[in-house]
Amino acid sequence: MQIKPILAAMRRHKAGTILIGFQIALTLAIVCNALFIIHERIARVSRPSGVNESNLFVITSDWADNSSNDNIDAQIKADLTALHQLGSVQDATSLNSFPLHGTGWDNFIRMTPDQIHMTTDASVFLADEHTLGTLGVKLIAGRNFTPDEVQSLTIQDMKGWPAIIVSKDLAKVLFPNGDALGKQIYASNNNTPSTIVGITDTLQSHMMDSDDNAFAYNAVLVPMREVGTGYVHYLIRARPGQLEAAMRDVPKALIAQNRMRIFDPDDGEMTFAQVRAKAYERDYGMAILMGIVSAVLLAITAAGIVGLTSFWVGQRRRQIGIRRALGATRNDILSYFMTENMLIGVAGVVVGTLLAIGINLWMVTHYDVARLSGTYLLVGAVVLLLLGQGAVLAPALRASRVPPVEATRSV
Amino acid sequence: MFGYYLDLAFRGLRRNRMLTALMVLAIALGIGASMTTLTVLHVLSGDPLPGRSASIYYPQVDPQDISKYVPGAEPPEQVAWIDGMNLLNAKRATRQALMTGGMVPLQPTQSSIDPFRAMALFTTKDFFPMFGLPFKYGNAWGDAEDAGKAHIVVISSDLNDKLFGGKNSVGGTLRLQGADFRIIGVLGDWHPNPHFYDPYMGNYASDEDIFVPLTTSRATHMGHEGSVDCWGNGNGGPEDLERSQCVWLQFWVQLDDAASVSEYQAFLVHYSEEQHALGRFTRAPNVRLRSMMQWLAFQKVVPSDARLQTWLALGFLVVCLINTVGLMLAKFMRRANELGVRRALGASRRALFAQLLIEAGTIGFAGGALGLLLSLFGLWCVRQQPAEYAPLAHMDTPMLLATFALAIGASLVAGVLPAWRACHIPPALQLKAN
Repeated sequence: MQIKPILAAMRRHKAGTILIGFQIALTLAIVCNALFIIHERIARVSRPSGVNESNLFVITSDWADNSSNDNIDAQIKADLTALHQLGSVQDATSLNSFPLHGTGWDNFIRMTPDQIHMTTDASVFLADEHTLGTLGVKLIAGRNFTPDEVQSLTIQDMKGWPAIIVSKDLAKVLFPNGDALGKQIYASNNNTPSTIVGITDTLQSHMMDSDDNAFAYNAVLVPMREVGTGYVHYLIRARPGQLEAAMRDVPKALIAQNRMRIFDPDDGEMTFAQVRAKAYERDYGMAILMGIVSAVLLAITAAGIVGLTSFWVGQRRRQIGIRRALGATRNDILSYFMTENMLIGVAGVVVGTLLAIGINLWMVTHYDVARLSGTYLLVGAVVLLLLGQGAVLAPALRASRVPPVEATRSV
Repeated sequence: MFGYYLDLAFRGLRRNRMLTALMVLAIALGIGASMTTLTVLHVLSGDPLPGRSASIYYPQVDPQDISKYVPGAEPPEQVAWIDGMNLLNAKRATRQALMTGGMVPLQPTQSSIDPFRAMALFTTKDFFPMFGLPFKYGNAWGDAEDAGKAHIVVISSDLNDKLFGGKNSVGGTLRLQGADFRIIGVLGDWHPNPHFYDPYMGNYASDEDIFVPLTTSRATHMGHEGSVDCWGNGNGGPEDLERSQCVWLQFWVQLDDAASVSEYQAFLVHYSEEQHALGRFTRAPNVRLRSMMQWLAFQKVVPSDARLQTWLALGFLVVCLINTVGLMLAKFMRRANELGVRRALGASRRALFAQLLIEAGTIGFAGGALGLLLSLFGLWCVRQQPAEYAPLAHMDTPMLLATFALAIGASLVAGVLPAWRACHIPPALQLKAN
């Protein structure tokens, strides 16, 4: 295929050529970045929480009267006893917050008491001896809390946390050599050290902001029941297959314990699947939006190519007829238009790649977006070139069917 | 002439329906996507108190200890109880109010309504006049109630509708946190967006149902919610907040002119020096005094996803426009014959250009109308989203006008190049070729 005559012909319709090329470039730039954002969001929502999420649910009890901390503490203990006695319940625990919850308590973790900048940040889960079992999180080293260790305190009464369990990822950040067990860190609000008595397998924190991505798997478990906050979360593991029954039984059992409590009608009782859906709903929304925009953008670009090429074919019927009369085969005509499109496409893709990188660099500085990987550019470029070839096929076939006799017609 | 050109435009559009439909659709999709996201952005970055926001300021002081001092760092975003009370009682601004949010268990007297948790704001008396809250019944409290930790409450009109069927409930009783509170006022319609004064309880579409004096909320152990940042031995325990080294309150002031703003700035520095001399502050005076809109910008209240989506939609619109330029170019050039004949018969270039632009404008108008429907649909979709700002996504008159301006402006811009090229075809060449 001769490229020179194609280039010469392009010079006759510069505006259209530049427009298609530029449209391909912009589409590539936007689609690449959109797909990359989709990829990032999907990677985010599919990260594991470390929690065994099936058969698990959360019920939040707000106290209608929380004037007495002692009463609340006694009530939590009585509630847990009642929950453990239910036939549909396998295990239950009280917590101040839980993985994927979005709100909770995070503390700066320090290695020495007089350290100015934190070493890292971690979720503080006020847990008991049933927490790991209920969440379905295994210990990979050390021991679980004992029932006597679990204190019931308001935050201001805390005099430090002598024993804590940390998540695997936090242990690795603090002690890269893997010798975290038995070491002391400064995790509590006052300057007393805490000894790591256990290390869990992967356990996600409550923090869901993308700013907190670096701390997403940092969790500290403290043997405490917190009172004085006005509410408590119970995490409950139903016996296999009895999730629905447990979710019916638990509120009844709690009301039977004490009527002076409020379950929020919207999020008072949620399966862990609902917790997960809620935690990532914005990411799903963004990914779907980006997907729709990319699809529509590709469709519009394809339609634009079809439209403009059809116009060119119509405009050049006579020339095509002349070429056919002079001996050009149908294939020659077909490949002329295909090659023409390929040339424009390649130029567009080159400009588009630069644009895509530019847009990505701008997003990196303004939004929480990582650097675009080369794969996306490559895939995007191939997709757009194929799209162009596909779009040009119909008008090019029509052009190839122009009969040689067209050369003799004047209009 | 305009009517004739319009008629020609319609004839032109009818000639190649597929191409026309494609152009209208491309503009409509671009406009629909852009206007949906721009409307969301417009709603989110709006002024919560139009006409009033310019004189509302958010002072910050830095009471943290010296141990983690980094020169030039931002002071804390909230104030501690002691500083809040000191600044409040200094009364150096026209008005000032100290506040924090919370959730309070509410037991309705009617047995038909279950107890529920109401969103509450614990504040001081100037909150109501400073932010211009309208009262349907009754009125706000005064100094005596703040000082006396009175068991009084101002409720929202929504709560009044829910509990009292919208009747005047002033003088009635509300049972909060196991204690009786007398209703002294019912608010009118007041839904500032963003929820500027307490971002910790949600930036948008989160309105409190009950307003209780801050002092009373502390005395009755009402649960405070929001961010608590502590240093030193501060532990953030709910009982201890008055004494502990923690910031957890928002303090707003009203300053009516530039002179009082600089005076207040000087007062904050002076206050910091005084506290330093007393030994409470250990850092050099580190104060900020941002206006409300500056504070909202600094807090990055508008979600970054919404901004990202707006850029995406604008990029989308540009591609749609380029697409339309290409198609329009094809369409106009195809009519080279007709245009050549008209030129030969004496039509000026200017007349042809005007005619083609009217045709482009017609496409823009059709695209705008369809785009408007698409953006209404888009906004409906946004409202189905779970984001906290979702219920606010409604088109208003300025955005409606902007939609059409954008659509017609965009298609005219798209029409300029094709029309320019088409009316510069030498007529003789066209006539000869035929």
